[in-house]
Amino acid sequence: MASNQIAVGSSLSIDPTQMQALIDTLRGSGYRTVGPRIADGSIVYADLASTDQLPIGYVDRQDGGLYRLEKSEGAGYFDYVVGPHSLKNFLFPPRETLLESIRTNGTWQMAPPEIDPTPLAVIGVRSCDLHALSVQDKVFLGGPYVDPGYKARREKLFLVAVNCRRASATCFCHSMNTGPAVNQAFDLALTEVDGRFVVEIGSPAGAEVMAKIESAPAPEPLVERAKGISAELKERMNERDEVPYSQQQGVRQRHMDTSNIHDLLLSNLEHPRWADVAERCLACGNCTLVCPTCFCASVEEVSDLTGDNVRRERAWDSCFNAEHSYMNTGTVRKTIASRYRQWLTHKLATWIDQYGTSGCVGCGRCITWCPVAIDLTEEVAAIRGDQP
Amino acid sequence: MTPLLDRSTHNPWVAHSARIEDICSEVPGVATYDLAFDNPDVASDYRFEPGQFNMLYLPGYGESAISISSDPSRQGTLSHTIRVAGNVTQAIARKNRGDHIAVRGPFGSSWPVDSYRGNDVVIACGGIGLAPLRPAIYHILNHRAEYGRVILLYGARTPKDLLYTSEYDAWRDKGLEVEVTVDIGDSDWRGHVGVVPVLFYRLRLQAKQTVVMTCGPEIMMRFVVFEALARRVHPEDIFVSLERNMSCAMGFCGHCQFGPHFVCKDGPVFDFQQVAPFFNLEDL
Repeated sequence: MASNQIAVGSSLSIDPTQMQALIDTLRGSGYRTVGPRIADGSIVYADLASTDQLPIGYVDRQDGGLYRLEKSEGAGYFDYVVGPHSLKNFLFPPRETLLESIRTNGTWQMAPPEIDPTPLAVIGVRSCDLHALSVQDKVFLGGPYVDPGYKARREKLFLVAVNCRRASATCFCHSMNTGPAVNQAFDLALTEVDGRFVVEIGSPAGAEVMAKIESAPAPEPLVERAKGISAELKERMNERDEVPYSQQQGVRQRHMDTSNIHDLLLSNLEHPRWADVAERCLACGNCTLVCPTCFCASVEEVSDLTGDNVRRERAWDSCFNAEHSYMNTGTVRKTIASRYRQWLTHKLATWIDQYGTSGCVGCGRCITWCPVAIDLTEEVAAIRGDQP
Repeated sequence: MTPLLDRSTHNPWVAHSARIEDICSEVPGVATYDLAFDNPDVASDYRFEPGQFNMLYLPGYGESAISISSDPSRQGTLSHTIRVAGNVTQAIARKNRGDHIAVRGPFGSSWPVDSYRGNDVVIACGGIGLAPLRPAIYHILNHRAEYGRVILLYGARTPKDLLYTSEYDAWRDKGLEVEVTVDIGDSDWRGHVGVVPVLFYRLRLQAKQTVVMTCGPEIMMRFVVFEALARRVHPEDIFVSLERNMSCAMGFCGHCQFGPHFVCKDGPVFDFQQVAPFFNLEDL
């Protein structure tokens, strides 16, 4: 099919064997292809050349401080949910050079590194991560200053999204209005249904790629069935809201009441719960590293032994570090309570003041990867519960 | 490859080299550095507002956020009054006239000097906190007839720590009321002893036409705000300049957050109403 025959918003149907053709087409078009792969017992985003590398047939079991991969009968290509990586790892990399300085005869020459990233195609991105992407876009592109590295990488990004067919116990995208249905910022969106993939075209670039792949127009009933998958999942997730945590049995099924959450948190800045969570929190910063929207970074000087070649490098930082708020008069946030309060109130409340959106997309990563299973949805519920 | 200058102008991380034209030792551990940009285009385009700051950069040491302390109307003059406090400022202190330092800026919000023409102005500051207010003093004194009473309340630990003392007489001649206090006097000291907020006790303010601008240790500013509010100055007419860890100055790095505000780009100058809910909280 020629790309001018493929309309944005239309859907095609492909056989799963065409997944390889999709990867090959993207690679042939100059993209580095990245997708879900198993590494060290979890599913991460890594370079993907073959569908053999996909964790087909696996599901993940996630809970506070727990992540396990299991083979599951009937599981498809993408029936695990999110792992520790997100798009952040690629667009806002953990370490990046901002400026290079060279000293010759006592004079410094300073210049930014040339920014010319390889186009990147990410396969298997979920709705929560697409929302996280638009949150980080606001941070790095939406203000008076534009981050040149982020902008260059963002402009060369191709996104093959996947509609989730299942949610883990830590997922709460339904509470944050960020999923599970993919509805924004994708080039192609896949839904696995009846042994085929329904491919929704999200952009002209997506249409161009699909024109090179063997496909058929998706019949209307199949498109409806594909849409029904996300809708049914959302229904099931919504049912979680009916049961308060205190009455839930077994693994907690996460949800968060976000009504009036900005004022709730900011009017409880001296709530005893901050001290309570500080008793458990290790201030390790795992939550901020796996969070797909957390953007704090330090800027460090890296020099060679002569001192004549210096790079300024940006590296992920965390508001749980004492150095984060350090000034020459000392650290502002001296206690873990104050750092957890900063993280949670920023994520869920002051982020709204700053960017007009919550900083939380309900992906649940911070719950899963917290070594002591601190659960932000539980902390919010506790603060809400103490409200008169 | 893109031409170097082209890439630089579009990249907010790039610092511009400037020559140290003069160094004036002020008080122990504090000196003022007059800078001039090497690139004439950068120099002619550079403008700043009173209260804004620059990121001063020494490769290998890092950047430090330093407020600009010179007269904003004097094009080509760019001064920073720097207290030796950390790694970067120590390295700056070892620099001599003719050495170079790199500058990114200016950044941040400014003292609303133009919005308060026709009003009385109280400038209350402590220690190095006079530095970011000196451009506001220059600006107001350059346009002295457009303001009512203009009062400087300034304090430092000891008489030896008072900044810019050689300028006080000139400022008084131009119509600035200067009240100075120290925490600890010495045998020659004949002035006030005590903290800056106490200087409010002797003022007879016309609250409705008064603006207060304050910069200094947070504890001092809390009490300055308290005294101003007690005299019925409107909260939206009180301006504070906050200090937090500023690593990027562009709202990217997240370090300088103060409640909903990024001190680097929303501040450092805030009207008190903006920061009131968070102003007295510990460890925020």
